[in-house]
Amino acid sequence: MIPEYGHFALILAACVSLALGVVPLLGAARRRPLWIAAARPLAGGQLAFAGVAFACLAAAFLGDDFSVAYVAANSNRLLPWFYKLSAVWGAHEGSLLRWVLVLSGWTAAVAVAGRGLPALLLARVLAVMGLVAFGFHLFLLLTSNPFARLLPLPPDDGGDLNPLLQDFGLIVHPPLLYMGYVGLAVPFAFAIAALLAGRLDAAWVRWMRPWTNAAWAFLTLGIALGSWWAYYELGWGGWWFWDPVENASLMPWLLATALAHSLAVTEKRGLLRGWTLLLAIFAFALSLLGTFLVRSGVLTSVHAFAADPTRGVFVLGFLGVVIGGSLLLYGLRVPTLPAPAGFGWRSREAALLANNALLVVITGVVLLGTLYPLIADVLGWGKISVGPPYFDSFFVPLTLGLALLLGLGALLQWKDTALLRLRGALGLGAVVALLAGILLPRLWGEWRWGAGLALAAACWILALSGWDLWRKSAGAGGFWQGVRRLRAGYWGMTVAHLGVALAIAGAGVTGSYSLERDLRMAPGDRLDLAGWEFRFEGVREVAGPNYRSQKGVVTVTRAGQPAMRLQPEKRRYLGGQVMTEAAIDAGLWRDLYVALGEPLDGEAWSVRVHVKPGVRWIWLGGAWIALGAALAAADRRYRTRATVAASAAISAGG
Amino acid sequence: MGARLKLFVPLILFLVLAGLLYLGLGRDPKELPSALIDRPLPPLRLAALDQGRVMDAAELRGQAWLLNVWGTWCVACRDEHPYLLELARQGVTLVGLDYKDDPGRARDWLQRLGNPYRSVLIDADGRFGLELGVYGAPETYLIDAEGIVRYRHVGVLDAAVWRERIEPLYRRWAQP
Repeated sequence: MIPEYGHFALILAACVSLALGVVPLLGAARRRPLWIAAARPLAGGQLAFAGVAFACLAAAFLGDDFSVAYVAANSNRLLPWFYKLSAVWGAHEGSLLRWVLVLSGWTAAVAVAGRGLPALLLARVLAVMGLVAFGFHLFLLLTSNPFARLLPLPPDDGGDLNPLLQDFGLIVHPPLLYMGYVGLAVPFAFAIAALLAGRLDAAWVRWMRPWTNAAWAFLTLGIALGSWWAYYELGWGGWWFWDPVENASLMPWLLATALAHSLAVTEKRGLLRGWTLLLAIFAFALSLLGTFLVRSGVLTSVHAFAADPTRGVFVLGFLGVVIGGSLLLYGLRVPTLPAPAGFGWRSREAALLANNALLVVITGVVLLGTLYPLIADVLGWGKISVGPPYFDSFFVPLTLGLALLLGLGALLQWKDTALLRLRGALGLGAVVALLAGILLPRLWGEWRWGAGLALAAACWILALSGWDLWRKSAGAGGFWQGVRRLRAGYWGMTVAHLGVALAIAGAGVTGSYSLERDLRMAPGDRLDLAGWEFRFEGVREVAGPNYRSQKGVVTVTRAGQPAMRLQPEKRRYLGGQVMTEAAIDAGLWRDLYVALGEPLDGEAWSVRVHVKPGVRWIWLGGAWIALGAALAAADRRYRTRATVAASAAISAGG
Repeated sequence: MGARLKLFVPLILFLVLAGLLYLGLGRDPKELPSALIDRPLPPLRLAALDQGRVMDAAELRGQAWLLNVWGTWCVACRDEHPYLLELARQGVTLVGLDYKDDPGRARDWLQRLGNPYRSVLIDADGRFGLELGVYGAPETYLIDAEGIVRYRHVGVLDAAVWRERIEPLYRRWAQP
């Protein structure tokens, strides 16, 4: 019965979300206080029902109820309980249910944290989120019901969860990514509410900023974790593959980054309002597109779409209604007033505008590369696949340009900056960057362009951020007194910028100085790589809970001293899939990475060995960016003060 | 009015994109030339089945050869298999890429159906396939005497495909 309760809860959640989407909006249009006030309780109800539905599906997984088709396809009696739980969102239907649950969660969070907002604004924001949720509920119920039964003859045991997903990283990564994707619905809803009201004052921007930063922090963490997971689980030693699924998460991240920055301009200076709205809409549009690219395989394999045309058409129709409708509203409602004030080209506004332009160009490049095979096909240019060379050749120079601007932008003042003020900082930055670019790569060996440029860019950011921190904290009471006076928002910015520097340095160093060997190794064979000696000891058979494993042993010595034992595995799961479990010795300065290839004659195996300096910095940098975003979101000045006067004024006259 | 019209540009861009996606829905992604055409084959460092070594494409310099992507899980590969045996009898050098497959099953398959390949490379995790841009098995790549990819065929290789599309190129690129 539990799955039926779940199904019923899902239907109720859909009804509540429809009510949430309609009643407050009508109330706002007709000025009915009761209808407006219904928004917050409805948001709570939606979360409750979505939660019940999700819990029912989780119960079906934990209880091995293989009469539920989705459970039978993605779980198995032998699966450890935590993988049974993470299997709930391991495939299409369950991950959509999770989407809906997370969206309900964000909606409820806005309802709780937004008590201080003007009632009318809050009602509209919640209603827009309710409408989006309704679309997803329909999608679930009509095309992807996770509770569908396999009756009358349920299988004795399930298939298995895709072994790629049987991993700690996959328990954590999708939920974080979804928090980010779905969190972008909040700034989107604020933007639509502002357009509906036709009031684009500074207030909505201030309310939008912490939500944008929070969603952005989750998205950053999710992407960094995904990259880390691909690194250790795919057994290839790479950390980014320009795979359509990865691009699908990168694009909303890039636009969310642009949005977080343009919001600063809009809040502080009242400029770029239309642009900010547009970014909020497009960031969510790309996160919708991304969710569907990941789950229904629009691009990864065009087959999947053809296989289930109802899903494809529904997705596209939904995107059309949500995004097309939003953009139509934008065209009709955004005010075309001339900008209230100008700014000089040495101002922070100008730097942030340039940053936005670059980020949007990068997003465009990634979008084009991702969709190009499809576009070329439709326009009859033939079938073409686009690979990493295309992405690298655009992404790398654009990112370096971004780094240059980033160092500079943080120094500039609003409106205009005196050249005199800049000269010292720029001189310092240039000298530090030049020295770093020339000298630092020598730490790893021969000088290489990639590492030189990346380290120069990283140290440029580091030097200018340090300079700015020093200047901002100067004044009465000395440096440490000054440091304590700085706002959380400032710290957030600085930490995130240093995270970018760290990630760029890591990408440059690991790209230039990674060493890789694929070779045949028989027991006793040795390999010397970057001063480490790898000795292959052989492979033995080991049994796991739902797999059998060939476990290799490689002892590593450095300068004759034993350093460690690495145990790479090759696992064969019950379903027949084979997975490579690389053995990695992680370090702040370098990773040693050994993966088993295929068995060769006798006791010999093909073995892949990497030495990857600096690769951890990439993910550490990602974590720093997320930390910075979290700090900025927590800045005290965004906590909604009980603006009683404002909300009274709105509910009285609107 | 001009300023107001400009505000609809994002909408128009979106509609164009949505239109493309819609047209893309019904597409048949069969023929797919590779991004690698007229470029060198990515470095091969894959274990060769039953040869106890890691193979290097340099061994094949000086002659044109076919890289055939297959797997025991692929039904169409079974269809094309007899014709591959026929090509091997005619003296065409074939190298197999056992794609996302289990070497044990590949070994059985070749023992039962015959082995047209000079070597079979094992790409169990599909990594080399990714570098190559493999869309699905079967696929066949023509590599010239210099190690440059000259043609890609997606789908079953049969007598008609060989005669009309691949053989002329094979003859042309056979000499260094």
